Amino acid sequence: MQLIPTSSKAIFTQPLRNGRSLTPYLLLIPGLAWLGVFFVIPFFSLLVTSLMKPAGSSVLDGYVNALEISNYMLALQTYWPVFAKSLLYAASATLLALVIGYPLAYHIALRGGRWRNLMLVLVIAPFFASYLIRTYAWKTILADESFITSALNFLNLLPQDRILNTPLAVIAGISYNFLPFMILPLYASIERIDPRLLEASKDLYADSNETFRKVTLPLSMPGVVSGTLLTFIPAMGDFINASLLGSAKDKMIGNVIQSQFVIVRDYPRASALSFILMTLILLIVFFYIRRAGTEDLV
Amino acid sequence: MKAKFQFSDSPVDQIAKSIAAQMMNRRRLLQVSGLSLTAAAVAACGVGGDSDSSGLTDVEDLSDTEKVVDWSNWVAYIDVDEDAGTNPTLDEFEAETGISINYIEDYNDNNEFFAKVRPLLQNGQAIDRDIVTPTDWMAGQWISLGFAQTLNYDNIPNRSNLYPDLVDVSFDPGRVYTLPWQGGYGGLGWNKAKVQELTGSDQLMDLDDLFNPALKGRISVLSEMRETIGCILSHQGANPSDFTSDQFYNAIDYLGAQISSGQIRQVTGNDYLAALESGDIIAAIGWSGDVAQLGDDFQFAVPAGGGILWTDNVLIPVGAKHKKNAELVMNYYYEPEIAARVAAYVQYITPVNGAREEIVKIDPSLADNSLIFPTDDDLAIVKPFMLLDADTEKEYQDAFQAIIGN
Repeated sequence: MQLIPTSSKAIFTQPLRNGRSLTPYLLLIPGLAWLGVFFVIPFFSLLVTSLMKPAGSSVLDGYVNALEISNYMLALQTYWPVFAKSLLYAASATLLALVIGYPLAYHIALRGGRWRNLMLVLVIAPFFASYLIRTYAWKTILADESFITSALNFLNLLPQDRILNTPLAVIAGISYNFLPFMILPLYASIERIDPRLLEASKDLYADSNETFRKVTLPLSMPGVVSGTLLTFIPAMGDFINASLLGSAKDKMIGNVIQSQFVIVRDYPRASALSFILMTLILLIVFFYIRRAGTEDLV
Repeated sequence: MKAKFQFSDSPVDQIAKSIAAQMMNRRRLLQVSGLSLTAAAVAACGVGGDSDSSGLTDVEDLSDTEKVVDWSNWVAYIDVDEDAGTNPTLDEFEAETGISINYIEDYNDNNEFFAKVRPLLQNGQAIDRDIVTPTDWMAGQWISLGFAQTLNYDNIPNRSNLYPDLVDVSFDPGRVYTLPWQGGYGGLGWNKAKVQELTGSDQLMDLDDLFNPALKGRISVLSEMRETIGCILSHQGANPSDFTSDQFYNAIDYLGAQISSGQIRQVTGNDYLAALESGDIIAAIGWSGDVAQLGDDFQFAVPAGGGILWTDNVLIPVGAKHKKNAELVMNYYYEPEIAARVAAYVQYITPVNGAREEIVKIDPSLADNSLIFPTDDDLAIVKPFMLLDADTEKEYQDAFQAIIGN
């Protein structure tokens, strides 16, 4: 760098800058337009709807624009237990996915050898089938008379004598459906670890446990952070798993929002619930990233 | 540099990484925008209230030039030739008239379908359907919001075959907008062998039998408020056609207790049929024809306390482009012979007088099937659910959704 005089650098870059000054902005237009139309505008209309109040004494009169902050208070007051339950399910599912996904990603990245590509394809393969169909398949897999349930029952491992329509089924379903989102970032960051660092660790008399704790795990933290976020965020708003695999007692906040929109048709309350959910997720993500650090995040 | 070469990515690695990198943004965007899009669609249409479907009232009827009819109906609601996978009565109508029926089984849930089409209709946009098939109370909402067209009975001479006691219904007095398609009961359906195994009898007489602790965790109820709450109201001695708010909330509390004790495993829509078949549930509050179609291992009965009677109705939405063709379809299905063939397959109550004489030619035993041809005794213990005004509907629906976890 020092070899090139600053003046000549300026000469070199000047014509180039002219040529490309507009290009990056032009390239941004489709993305920005997409975001504008499908995110910013709906976002504000959701906000506006969430603050509406009934136009008259009857629901047939519809709703009018207002500043009903009480929509939020009421929604929180009524549904905070459901938010808490959703948080619990989403967090458990994320943890489960991490416990299952880490060894798998580790194995693919460091021991995969020539099978590595095949294993990665297999991780993504479930995406070739529709989300809904995969979840319906779990109803069959976990059915009361299925092999899995009978085997676990035989071993007396099930408190309720069944898996389907219990919280366990909901958490397992979410973990399964979002597992690839956990594995891929983990894989990407484990694979990026310089093997010479692992060798160096051994040269310095660390056993494999210590190497994992002091070298591999810290270096794969970006993968852990992005994997958990990618799993947790969609899990928190999910309603398919709870409605197909859960019982009436295991519904999540997504189910409430859906029924408020479609069946009860209380649009302000449904919008307020959506907004609370978004805010909650943003807050959790914010504090999580602050705590875990964002450097090198995918 | 060397290290970089050593780690040069294979194409699959690159794909995996770029997917991983993109997913975070994409998922978040999709999730947030998915919710907000619904809201935008809703908000753009002025969230309920002032409706302006006036643009749809004088749509030109293209029936004579476009020989088609678009019909939204529920699943398992028309005759099927199971070997050929065809619907014989639909095909014969096409052969006879040259009008082809675009038969779409996308009417899954009254509220869901209505939520989808209401913003469009309110905005004066057509929904590309010539016939829809709402349940009676929902048909009432279509009519009161001005979303239904009056039927021209000159095109439906077979209307005279409609049973006289089905003409003056509360939601459409004189049948100006609607004709019944099929009717049925909400009641008890169960797996005979399994119930025998757990309770010692293969019969369920009433809701006390359904909520017998021996069946804990093996039963489901419908997510349709009218069937589930209606059966409970009858069980508690209230009249589902005329009940007070207190009685309604008593029924809600009763349901809530059964859910929180774990007696009721699931509250579902049509999914209960698959669960009955797989054995995950062995008894349910369900629909008569559904359970009858499952075969001899299963049984349906109206509970002793009383069940719910409902009808699904064909109606022509405003903005339909093939009104006359739609009326010809209705006329066709009101021929007793055709109605008998549909009823013989779907096992729901047919509204067509004369179908009983015709069904004997298909299978004489069907003429005594009380699910298709109810006797006065059968009808004495079933009642239609009370017609609710929009505000009460919202209040009750909210309470019901909350108790079933939504």
